[in-house]
Amino acid sequence: MYAAPFEYHLPTTVAEALGLLEKFGDEAKLLSGSQSLVPLMKLRLATPGHVVDLRKVPGLSGVTESGGTVVIGAMTTHYEVGSSPLVRTKLPMMAEAAGQIGDTQVRNLGTIGGSLAHADPSADWPAVLAALDASVRIASSRGERNVKVEELIVGPLTTVLAPGEILLQVRVPLPAGRYGGAYEKLPHPASRFAIVGAAAEVFLDPGGKVSNSRIALTGIASKVTRAGYVEQALLGKAPDPAAIKSAAARAAQGIEVRADLTGSAEYKANLAAVYTERAVKRAVSRALER
Amino acid sequence: METMFGKSIKRREDPRLVTGKGNFVDDLKIPFTTHAAFVRSPHAHAKIGKIDTAAARKVPGVLAIYTGKDLVAGGVKPIPVGWLLPNIKVPAHYPLAVDKARHMGEPVAVVVAETPYAARDAAELVEVDYDVLPAVPDGADALKRGAPPVHDDAPGNVSFKWSIGDAKATDAAFAKADKVVKQSFRNHRLIPNAIEPRACLASAQPGTGDITLWVTSQNPHVHRLIMAAFVLGIPEHKMRVISPDVGGGFGSKIFIYPEECAAVWASRQLSRPVKWTADRREAFLADAHGRDHHTEAEMALAADGKILGLRVKTVANLGAYLSLFAPAVPTYLYGTLLAGAYTTPAIHCEVTGVFTHTTPVDAYRGAGRPEATYLLERLMDLSAKELGMDPVDIRRKNFIPPDKFPYQTPVALLYDSGNYAGALDKALQIFDYKAFRREQEQARKQGRYLGVGFSTYLEACGLAPSQVAGALGAQAGLYESANVRVHPTGKVSVFTGSHSHGQGHETTFAQVVADELQVPIDDVDIIHGDTGQVPFGMGSYGSRSGPVGAAAIYMSTQKIKEKAKKIAAHLLEANEKDVTHEGGKFFVKGSPDRSKSFFDVSLMAYLAHNLPKGLEPGLEALSFFDPGNFVFPFGTHICVVEVERDTGYVHLRRYVAVDDLGRVINPMIVDGMVHGGIAQGVSQALWEHAEYDENGQLITGSMMNYALPKADELIPIELARTETPTPVNPLGVKGAGETGTIASTAAVANAVMDALSPFGIKHIDMPLTPGRIWEALKGKGA
Repeated sequence: MYAAPFEYHLPTTVAEALGLLEKFGDEAKLLSGSQSLVPLMKLRLATPGHVVDLRKVPGLSGVTESGGTVVIGAMTTHYEVGSSPLVRTKLPMMAEAAGQIGDTQVRNLGTIGGSLAHADPSADWPAVLAALDASVRIASSRGERNVKVEELIVGPLTTVLAPGEILLQVRVPLPAGRYGGAYEKLPHPASRFAIVGAAAEVFLDPGGKVSNSRIALTGIASKVTRAGYVEQALLGKAPDPAAIKSAAARAAQGIEVRADLTGSAEYKANLAAVYTERAVKRAVSRALER
Repeated sequence: METMFGKSIKRREDPRLVTGKGNFVDDLKIPFTTHAAFVRSPHAHAKIGKIDTAAARKVPGVLAIYTGKDLVAGGVKPIPVGWLLPNIKVPAHYPLAVDKARHMGEPVAVVVAETPYAARDAAELVEVDYDVLPAVPDGADALKRGAPPVHDDAPGNVSFKWSIGDAKATDAAFAKADKVVKQSFRNHRLIPNAIEPRACLASAQPGTGDITLWVTSQNPHVHRLIMAAFVLGIPEHKMRVISPDVGGGFGSKIFIYPEECAAVWASRQLSRPVKWTADRREAFLADAHGRDHHTEAEMALAADGKILGLRVKTVANLGAYLSLFAPAVPTYLYGTLLAGAYTTPAIHCEVTGVFTHTTPVDAYRGAGRPEATYLLERLMDLSAKELGMDPVDIRRKNFIPPDKFPYQTPVALLYDSGNYAGALDKALQIFDYKAFRREQEQARKQGRYLGVGFSTYLEACGLAPSQVAGALGAQAGLYESANVRVHPTGKVSVFTGSHSHGQGHETTFAQVVADELQVPIDDVDIIHGDTGQVPFGMGSYGSRSGPVGAAAIYMSTQKIKEKAKKIAAHLLEANEKDVTHEGGKFFVKGSPDRSKSFFDVSLMAYLAHNLPKGLEPGLEALSFFDPGNFVFPFGTHICVVEVERDTGYVHLRRYVAVDDLGRVINPMIVDGMVHGGIAQGVSQALWEHAEYDENGQLITGSMMNYALPKADELIPIELARTETPTPVNPLGVKGAGETGTIASTAAVANAVMDALSPFGIKHIDMPLTPGRIWEALKGKGA
């Protein structure tokens, strides 16, 4: 497979990269782990005139903790996220999601920032990061801004990122109190994207009742979507199996579910309920262990 | 000397292949090579108008652009069909479409340029004026009145109507049946996806008129014959076809494809080597696909479960053109297999081969036999259910008993040997059936749905008798060649007409030779895949390398031994009858101290200073082995699954396979073949599906949505074998390459249906995806 001609740039600072984006505008595409853009270029479905490779820009990868927030560089690979001791101990849901992305090659090359910027409607990170209330830090020549992951992605392969912007970091606030998170996914047998993925972060009050929850779904709609009716139904309830099941049954409520080759909209709505139930159950049991 | 036959020695080719030292077509570098890129139709059906190449020609490095009209004007003839049936319609299939494009991905023009990038850039700029026409991708739809015609010379989109068996006897059997079990089956389309995409490098030598073609071929002599005699009119002796290391084929590299014909033609036009390597997208669109049947089948039974008759009507989707062996696959490799391992006295099968606006369909691992086995083994389970019998009992009731061989079936085949109950018994020893049924019962009470599926399959392979094949329409013989050359130092080169593209011939064939000639295996080289070195051979497909190819090698070794013994006797001044060949030495029986080594004998064969009177020098033997029959592997596969009630997801829980492959040369290699075959068969049952939309667009045309089997979805497979040697060849070996694919699909499907039986579900068409199972379960309580 031979890509269309393009000019390749290898900046060594964020400022230099931003300058290139400024200069080439719509013509430029940022290259991170090469797992989304390069296949599209090989198929000539993407034909950018300029490719700005971020791999030589220092400071864009790694996982650190700072003031109650876990900061993950955009260029951190899925494998690095999943194997980070910080993530494994404090955000186990992220570690388990990282291990289910694509295959070994994708996990070793693909990056968390690249995945978010690509915004595939069946990707794993958007659901997990929405459930964790994460934000991204975005730089442009005009300065930096933070955007919630849920607001970053606006549709299939579409984000609020402007042509001159670079996604620098993913910022995950460390939850406080009695909480637990879990990610449950039915992978597509070919692509390993999620036919459905349900990420649940559940908080319990001292009496063991649900004080708050964030549940996000991927794979069933045009973008990552919160299962608001489930969150509402769980609020204030003792999370016993029956309560979880009845709340999870509302997973797809209010969501415009997409049918695809894997099944009807009705089937995918059912999957959303089943996988939400599984995720919430495990999130609750993790919370109870705390 | 240690016997090599039956020993699991490691594959001698692997160190080369796994350390990147293999030599595949795309690895070849010859000076002045140019690169081809194909312009392919994005439409399933379109009239081709003007082709504007002006912009494309301006791309730096572009040397030439050829269209279908250019090739026809240059004398290129259509790609022929290698198997003809009575009244078959064979529409012209030119390497590049001339008037119409008839499937998505059909090549319309070829660009040749100095670099692959320039070729691809220019191909994007070729402007083809398409007049898009309605398309019909489905085989059953193509037969409907008013369906868009694929070819003007194939009315109603029918290529052939074929039947086998006795219709009257079958009608009579149904008339007296206590029970008739009827089911329609869809055996869906698959895409082979060998790990190495197809590739070719054609190099014409203008000085001599010779041309060498390196191509990913399972049968280089067949490639040469067809290109030379039919498509390009090159004198056969001026063409050399080399198929070097090849990364898999599964059948898809048997056939002569448009791309290599165009590359050879272009190389002769330009007097430059022309190279083309398919990308994965092209592999999806342009490699021959497999399967794609619509079938109505019914089985007539007596109340006690004895099968009285079987009636099958199949529509086989052949795609837009007849690929090389396409007509044989849904006919002689399918209808003849419908007796299976059973005594069914009356069978009738009708097949309609139809054209559609899809990629051509041809032999894919198993080729016809998986389709037959799937419907037959599904019908066995459906019949058992209808009669309230156990699926094991109904099979036992109908097995051909071991004392009935040779056994003539009502669908042409004469089975040489078999012990079907023996394989089933062995499988049941491994798999505790009673315990499973108890566990299944318990699980159901907890809302867990386990199921078991059996497939007591039989297959016919080792293709095989040339005379029979010729009488049935084959335009080729089906023997195999071998030339065994002993060098003066006693080292051995074996030139085989078989072709290894993953099968491990360099190991297994050498095992046979080392034993027969009693030489160290390191002294034996296996050479294949080069028409310049190897005697005319038929190549590898239909699990024929062992039963036909290795048998030919064995024959040559016998001739060598005979001559070597004459020379040894002469040197020992003994009577030939008194000389024995043991431990790598020739000596007079009882006096091993006075001996001649294989080296001594080989050297003298070439020195020729002291040979028996009248004996020619040299030590080399050519053989062509043409077996008297197919071989008939059989066995029992047992699959256990668990189906999730709330999602329809199928978990594989256990897989037991007992196969009878006759004598086994290298058990490790055979285990690997069976594993791989089972993975592919399981994958058809659960995951793989080539889907076209109503406009003939292939919507599962990449690894993103076409689901090949993955290691983490599979489970350890429990293998065992029974051994019933075949009398058909001197080694007693049967084919092992396809049994897994043939047997396993039905075992998995039967297991899923058994799991779903509490819900009253009898049949769901494959692939048994969670979505399909859930839709079937919807609204059904247990």
